[in-house]
Amino acid sequence: MSERTLAQAITAGLDEALASDPSVMLLGEDVGVTGGVFRISDGLLERHGADRVVDTPVAESGIVGAAFGLAVGGMRPIAEIQFMGFSTPGYDQVVNHVARIRHRSRHRFTAPLVLRIPYGGGFGAAEHHSESWEAIYAHTPGLVVVTPSTPHDGKGLLAASVASNDPVVFLEPIRLYRSVKGQVPDERYEVPLGTAAVRREGRDVSLLTWGAMTKEVRQAAEVLAGQGIDAEVVDVRSLVPLDEETVLGSVAKTGRAVIVHEAPRTAGFGAELAARIGETCLYDLLAPVQRVTGWDTVFPLKRGEHHYLPSVDRIVAAAVDTMADA
Amino acid sequence: MRQILLPDGSLDGESPLPTDHVKRLFEAMVTARRYDHKSISLQRQGRLATYAPFEGQEAAQLASVAALAPDDWLVATYRDAAANWAHGYPMDLLFLGRVGDERGGAPPEDVHCLPPSITVGAHMLHAVGLAWAAMLKGENRVALTMFGDGATSEGDFHEAMNFAAVYDTPTVFLCQNNGYAISLPVARQTRSESIAAKASAYGMAGVRVDGNDPLAVYDVTREAVARARRGGGPTLIEAVTYRLGAHTTNDDPGRYRTSEEEEAARRRDPIVRTRSYLEGLGEWSRGWEDAIETEAERLVDEAIERAEAMQVPDVEHVFSAMFETPHAGLVAQAEEAGR
Repeated sequence: MSERTLAQAITAGLDEALASDPSVMLLGEDVGVTGGVFRISDGLLERHGADRVVDTPVAESGIVGAAFGLAVGGMRPIAEIQFMGFSTPGYDQVVNHVARIRHRSRHRFTAPLVLRIPYGGGFGAAEHHSESWEAIYAHTPGLVVVTPSTPHDGKGLLAASVASNDPVVFLEPIRLYRSVKGQVPDERYEVPLGTAAVRREGRDVSLLTWGAMTKEVRQAAEVLAGQGIDAEVVDVRSLVPLDEETVLGSVAKTGRAVIVHEAPRTAGFGAELAARIGETCLYDLLAPVQRVTGWDTVFPLKRGEHHYLPSVDRIVAAAVDTMADA
Repeated sequence: MRQILLPDGSLDGESPLPTDHVKRLFEAMVTARRYDHKSISLQRQGRLATYAPFEGQEAAQLASVAALAPDDWLVATYRDAAANWAHGYPMDLLFLGRVGDERGGAPPEDVHCLPPSITVGAHMLHAVGLAWAAMLKGENRVALTMFGDGATSEGDFHEAMNFAAVYDTPTVFLCQNNGYAISLPVARQTRSESIAAKASAYGMAGVRVDGNDPLAVYDVTREAVARARRGGGPTLIEAVTYRLGAHTTNDDPGRYRTSEEEEAARRRDPIVRTRSYLEGLGEWSRGWEDAIETEAERLVDEAIERAEAMQVPDVEHVFSAMFETPHAGLVAQAEEAGR
């Protein structure tokens, strides 16, 4: 066991993947010599060589499209896009090729690649550096979409993603890279794709979230505890496939749900969760489902982002609302 | 522009291919054209979905593929059925894709063709990745990608050419400049002096060849493949040809070009030219070509019969190839769809 930040845990996971499988390679802008804009691949070029840790030209479609060919050709590429706001030039390759080659070739060809995308705001970044477009990827059939919020998941979900024979979009919450720490096993282990995690057990209300918002949601749960409300915190963690048993099971148990994400509200992944709650556990509900999300606006620049991101106060208020009739 | 077999059937220089090989290419061109004509007729009967004819481009497709080894990758488009067939893609599966069945996208294990690309341009990057993978794995394989003049305006053309050059991947870019991207003439597609000229901006070899001259197409592709195989990096080949037919069975070329232009293009038909050449050598007879036609008709008819005989897929087909193993949510949807 070692104490690691989320960033360090992902680095350790990449190192281990490269060391254990010669077909694994990293490619992306600045991932080699500088170790990536977030230093996630720091030291990996020295350890694994320039054939396997590849600095690419500034071309996201090129990165994803070449990774697709590499994957079909028998490699297991891990491609990095620097920020989610820059992922759109590569999205055509994702939606039209990566996500559908297995279907259009009836399993004859597959693209087992991992697309790592740092995402989310709250760190005063420049424009286009704070987006949360997980719903776009979750809406693209043929992709696995996961996002770790703990160092343990950072390494374990990455191991499962690299081992997957399906393409995985691996979303890394920028705000948590260095602000969460935890014990991480030194040996290889997998956190299975398609599993959610209950971070705090509770009886009264389910707080459903993922990625960077897990931090505020956990804080909100403590505030609620002080008010006598026992909140359950569910880290959805895997948007596709969705662990319905854990996520919806929690809502069925508590009878109340607050869904928290920093992406815009309309057609966000929270809408999907709310729909599934309606389909499967409507009669267990004791209060309307609440959503605490980013707004349907452009992500504001530094001086305005506190108006946008769901705060602990907003989460607490929504949870209290669901308890109104209790 | 490189030329060996001139439009009148005479040679400028020596043939890079023995006569037997030229005769086999001629057979393949006649057979491919039969497939092309049959496809149009099947589409008119409602038996195939939209079809993209390649008539006139047989030499560009078949003579270039003739320079590949069986293990080399071919990453081609919806207009390149002749090329895919020549590289081993079974004709019934090519038909099956047009019938509207994803099983047409699954060539046998020993056939190294990706299913035909329908989007324009993105697939060039796939050929770069495949060639790169071969290089990293120490396999002696080349990837040849085919695309049209229109695709050279796509951003992915730039990214693919650049990646291939930067990493020296064994990729051969073969542009069939057939004069039009649907309605847009090549003069409006680019202000470059030629498509081949674009290669120099990427630091790679570029060559312009008469795409209706099978001998020259074979020759330049053989050179490019050999260069890629010995680690000399990628090449851009511009095969100048002409799409004698429509863009697809939904298109009306009369809206953007004249019949005079089309008639002039017919005089440069690669089949006519190869026939004249072989006739000059005393290697062609009407009876021989009739026999090729008869055999081609049998081959094509049997292929469409096999494709149409394949059972219409059940609902499971829609769900079963999204992932290695369908997850619970998809299984539930499949059950819902099957109700």
